[in-house]
Amino acid sequence: MPGLEDLYREIILDHYRSPRNRGELPPPAAHAVGHNPLCGDEIEVYLDVQDGVVHDIKVGGQGCSISQSSASMMSQAVKGKTIDEVRALVHRFKSMMSIEELDDADPSVEVKLGDLEALQGVVKFPVRIKCAVLSWNTLTEALEQAGA
Amino acid sequence: MALDVAAIRAEFPILAREIDGHPLVYLDSANTSQKPRAVIDAMVRCMEHSYAPINRSAYRLAAEATDAYEAARTAAKRFVNAPKAHELVFTKNATEALNLVATSWGRANLHRGDVVVLTQMEHHANIVPWHMLATEIGIELRWVPLTPDGQLDLASLPALLDGAKAFSFTAMSNVLGTITPVAELCRAAHDAGAIAIVDGCQYVPHNVTDVQAWDADFLAFSSHKLCGPSGIGVLWGREALLDAMPPFLGGGNMIADVRLDGFTTAELPAKFEAGTPPIIEAVGFGAAIEFLEGIGMTEIRRHEMQVAEYALRTLTERFGDDITIHGPTNVEQRGATFSFAFRGIHPHDLSQVLDQRNVCVRAGHHCAKPLMRILGAAATARASFYLYNDESEVDVLADTLDGASDIFGF
Ligand SMILES: Cc1ncc(COP(=O)(O)O)c(C=O)c1O
Repeated sequence: MPGLEDLYREIILDHYRSPRNRGELPPPAAHAVGHNPLCGDEIEVYLDVQDGVVHDIKVGGQGCSISQSSASMMSQAVKGKTIDEVRALVHRFKSMMSIEELDDADPSVEVKLGDLEALQGVVKFPVRIKCAVLSWNTLTEALEQAGA
Repeated sequence: MALDVAAIRAEFPILAREIDGHPLVYLDSANTSQKPRAVIDAMVRCMEHSYAPINRSAYRLAAEATDAYEAARTAAKRFVNAPKAHELVFTKNATEALNLVATSWGRANLHRGDVVVLTQMEHHANIVPWHMLATEIGIELRWVPLTPDGQLDLASLPALLDGAKAFSFTAMSNVLGTITPVAELCRAAHDAGAIAIVDGCQYVPHNVTDVQAWDADFLAFSSHKLCGPSGIGVLWGREALLDAMPPFLGGGNMIADVRLDGFTTAELPAKFEAGTPPIIEAVGFGAAIEFLEGIGMTEIRRHEMQVAEYALRTLTERFGDDITIHGPTNVEQRGATFSFAFRGIHPHDLSQVLDQRNVCVRAGHHCAKPLMRILGAAATARASFYLYNDESEVDVLADTLDGASDIFGF
């Protein structure tokens, strides 16, 4: 079995202890809520999209270290990005979680994950993939709501 | 006499399994229990030796299979002290048994505005079927509240039961471990003119069950939580109630006659057993009951009270305010199922760390979200003990918990 140090990397614990971009945004910001029905984790994403760019993002909810740190890193990674860049990042992240396919010809291969690379170890703990992906699915829903 | 836990463990092949050099510390029996050799062998023997359809064919092998299937019903009748074997209906699990009552009894007996009383500590299996009825025919649901230590707060019970048609409640909470005063609750239901439906899914595997002493009207439980296979459960009901209910599922086996313009139903219990039943599972279920009876439910309960006492003492002595154990602290009022919060570490992360030492606990909402909201927790970790667990596993749990805080730095 892979060791816990593969899962609980320091940067993950740092985001867990001090989550970035916590809070809410008032309407008309888009707002989506995601649940992990298995464990009760909950993520809320508030998204302010202006001129095709994620102008601001806030994250709420509660859950385990993996779901919360993933949400925190996600919020950092998408802020200021264009919708196309965000969609490419979602795709890139989900392929790292081995739930979407990515081949060498896919332009998303080029997308930089930065801190998010730390979540790579989650793949070795398949039951936790859902935790890591929860905020990303919620982000996708918020994007739809924003009409982006 | 104390249980010989080492001898009992030797009966469960899976308990010899090690992962990464760590023995299996299986503390998730409230979820589903492990299977003894006797159950495994009975099911294999059935398939190798006497498997055939039941109730349908004239040949000897089929008669043998039918006898084996009915022997399981007789065992289940004895196990819960039901008056008559044909009052026990085999279902898929406790969930299906509760759905059967809500659907068949509910649709026939409840009308818009009628009241069904539940408790705030119910499993979703004893909530959602009633919500579905509420949506369908507009019944009103009332909820018995809880005391701070996780028992039923009975002060308001007479008022809640006033005018109610049914009171459906668990005999033991799968989250809090609380054992409810079933006989008293049945009496209160009857005093109010309501029927009493008991969810015995957690209670029956760990205690002596006597539906006649309780004076209950229905009882639901599952085989897989009492050392039997998954795929089979029981609904016991009073003959008169079952007789008066319309069938649940339609199909083969449940009919007396079928014509182009209608059908008539079979006698109990076939009336509620449409289709080919879980034959091999019934054989395993019967073997599980005999296995537990051989050890003795009184002895099992006594053993679990001892382990529960040790767990409560060890965890509170070692961790003090760092651990919150939900539910009653008096082991007379609870089973050996403990939901807990530990040093602010999320249950999911806790169970991950425990898994590293091959300690299996459940993390989540335990299919009791209304209760979780009352506890103010989205999730808890839950360690549950059975006849094959002992005090040494409490110590492993505590040691491993201690290590979890190193990782999270609390
Ligand atoms: C109290 C209670 N009721 C009902 C159920 C449902 O049992 P099953 O999933 O076997 O149908 C459970 C299972 O967890 C339970 O704990």
